[in-house]
Amino acid sequence: MLEIKDLHVKAGDKEILHGINLKVKAGEVHSIMGPNGSGKSTLAQVLAGRESYEVTAGQITYEGKDLLQIAPEDRARLGIFMAFQYPVEIPGVSNTYFLKAALNAIRKERGEEEVDALDFLNLVKEKMELLKIDEKLISRPVNEGFSGGEKKRNEIFQLAVLEPKLAILDETDSGLDIDALKVVAHGVNSLRSKDRAFIVVTHYQRILNYIIPDYVHVLYDGRVVKSGGKQLAIELEKKGYSWLGEETVSAQLVN
Amino acid sequence: MPTETKQIQDLASQEYKYGFYTDIEADSIPAGLNEDVIALISAKKNEPEFMLEWRLKAYRHWLTMKEPKWPNVHYPPIDYQGIVYYSAPKKKDSPKSLDEVDPELLETYRKLGIPLGEQELLAGVAVDAVFDSVSVATTFKEKLAELGIIFCSFSEAVGDHPELVKQYLGSVVPYTDNFFASLNSAVFSDGSFCYIPEGVRCPMELSTYFRINAKNTGQFERTLIIAEKGSYVSYLEGCTAPMRDENQLHAAVVELIAHDDAQIKYSTIQNWYPGDDEGKGGIYNFVTKRGKCLGRNSKISWTQVETGSAITWKYPSCILLGDNSIGEFYSVALTKKRQQADTGTKMIHIGKNTRSTVISKGISAGHGQNTYRGLIKISKSATGARNYTQCDSMLIGDQCGAHTFPYIEIKNSTAQMEHEASTSKIGEDQMFYCQSRGLSAEDAVSMIVNGFCKKVFKELPMEFAVEADRLLSVNLEGSVG
Ligand SMILES: Nc1ncnc2c1ncn2[C@@H]1O[C@H](COP(=O)(O)OP(=O)(O)OP(=O)(O)O)[C@@H](O)[C@H]1O
Ligand SMILES: [Mg+2]
Repeated sequence: MLEIKDLHVKAGDKEILHGINLKVKAGEVHSIMGPNGSGKSTLAQVLAGRESYEVTAGQITYEGKDLLQIAPEDRARLGIFMAFQYPVEIPGVSNTYFLKAALNAIRKERGEEEVDALDFLNLVKEKMELLKIDEKLISRPVNEGFSGGEKKRNEIFQLAVLEPKLAILDETDSGLDIDALKVVAHGVNSLRSKDRAFIVVTHYQRILNYIIPDYVHVLYDGRVVKSGGKQLAIELEKKGYSWLGEETVSAQLVN
Repeated sequence: MPTETKQIQDLASQEYKYGFYTDIEADSIPAGLNEDVIALISAKKNEPEFMLEWRLKAYRHWLTMKEPKWPNVHYPPIDYQGIVYYSAPKKKDSPKSLDEVDPELLETYRKLGIPLGEQELLAGVAVDAVFDSVSVATTFKEKLAELGIIFCSFSEAVGDHPELVKQYLGSVVPYTDNFFASLNSAVFSDGSFCYIPEGVRCPMELSTYFRINAKNTGQFERTLIIAEKGSYVSYLEGCTAPMRDENQLHAAVVELIAHDDAQIKYSTIQNWYPGDDEGKGGIYNFVTKRGKCLGRNSKISWTQVETGSAITWKYPSCILLGDNSIGEFYSVALTKKRQQADTGTKMIHIGKNTRSTVISKGISAGHGQNTYRGLIKISKSATGARNYTQCDSMLIGDQCGAHTFPYIEIKNSTAQMEHEASTSKIGEDQMFYCQSRGLSAEDAVSMIVNGFCKKVFKELPMEFAVEADRLLSVNLEGSVG
């Protein structure tokens, strides 16, 4: 589904990602872990098409297409969704209105009719129950005045309504209390399918107890320094990240 | 951001869709202004003597005045002798019913999306259509008359209800008020008149659509609305004009009078031709609008959505005379291309416990310049007066400007004032958030802007809120390549 090859990314004058390689197949869940500032969000945003990052080398293919040639809205329409680490407020625009416009844009791309008002309402209701989200939140303006946890939950609610093929969760777990975490994880798990892939960016092994990844990758200073199974997450939780740093440094020294 | 810059550059290139011109035979007088011209206008309209006298007083006063230079707008000098002060679609007699209205005119209004046949009308909206200088059709007149409501063109009111006109004309905006109001008083040719008798709640929206068609013609209309004790009326005004290379002057006057417990809600959707990308052509919209809350517990609300005109210059205001009276001003002003707007309100608190609310949303794109200018005046007598002002500006791109000039005069220490102001840019983060959900950049801009204006739109009558929303989106079209 997704293949990233030797991806180099700059923000401003600074290179942040120094050659990332990653392959994600449909049905898989990949977790990306790594210390603050290692470039996790940068990678997530580049996948979603943020143009403030400059890709200086490398390729990304998504379903056989050159993703870097595709505008962000078209990526969304082709089934890519990123849950933001810092969801953005859009004052005065109701959540439902926003979601309906998004859903219709995606449906249009697929050659489908605009969603019928009643069907939309039912869909929203169903997903609201799935994520135990309050109706009041849904009718309020997008993220305006939402608490940190509410914003995160709203991202997953959007994900559930839009049903993307590739979902990227950027630290959705930070800021969620333990009950909310379970609800969100349950929501994500119920969306898991053989046609859908997830990239779960996180600092904590905790969420991976609920959303069990097939692969764990460690991003350190703009490079994937280690990949493994879910065991790796547990190991990281115990030892932290610094030993990986030493490992790469010593590996470089040996070379 | 490359896309953002592009959007901004393209924002100017939106087409004006009401720019067509109707080829209709007009009865126009030669350009220029003097006492004879005024007498001619008055004669063409068969006015009683008092009207001509009033016009001439206004004209003589106007001659002593200078064009104001204080607004934050720039334009070349206007040649007042180059303007045609009267132009009317030619007709034998004034039409008795819609069937007698020139089909060409009806077609024009249909193109504008304003059907004048009563059966085609939006249920619950009565329309007065003003073409160049005269009212061409007023709908639902009989139905309203059953309730004692008078809704007709200004000329008809002068003929049929001279006592009301005499009593109220100039009572809120005197002919000496300001340069453009004086000019209007001298030469105004028509407009709408509306009288709601005591205790009557007007059952439908009353609306006037203004259209400037003829070349080099100024439009000087006058609207007078009187709401007697305990009555209610909601009134809407819409405006369009053909695309022309020359600037055209629109200097209107609106006077509202609310007696005890009466309420007037006045909404404007102004979409005059804004001029082209280089700032050539477009309407100069220099308008004086003022309401007087004469009675206790009376209320006047102004809601305006200003998207057109090369230059907009107006301050719909409220004089809060009656105790406990309320004044409100809700405004959205969008400037793009080379448009300039200097708009805001004046709330003059005189009565006790008078309250006012001002919500202004200015949006600037392209090379647009948007100025909010507002005065809150609390007189010595206005014990317990309160005002809330919120004044927000949004910038799209970096070649436009937003300016705020709030003036506050307080002569009574019991006054409570609250003022909030903000300036924001459409953030790259907001744009990206919308786009990452599948919305095109264009839809994202229009959604963010509409959200920004929500507080004002919700004050508009339902049908028109939808129209305003659409108008804003259309005006922001071309914001992305
Ligand atoms: N626009 C930018 N200009 C300069 N530096 C940037 C820019 N965006 C990101 N960076 C830097 O790139 C590095 C990686 O940032 P990124 O947000 O991807 O980290 P992260 O792994 O998501 O961290 P966290 O765990 O704290 O969320 C950081 O050092 C950050 O300061
Ligand atoms: Mg991050």
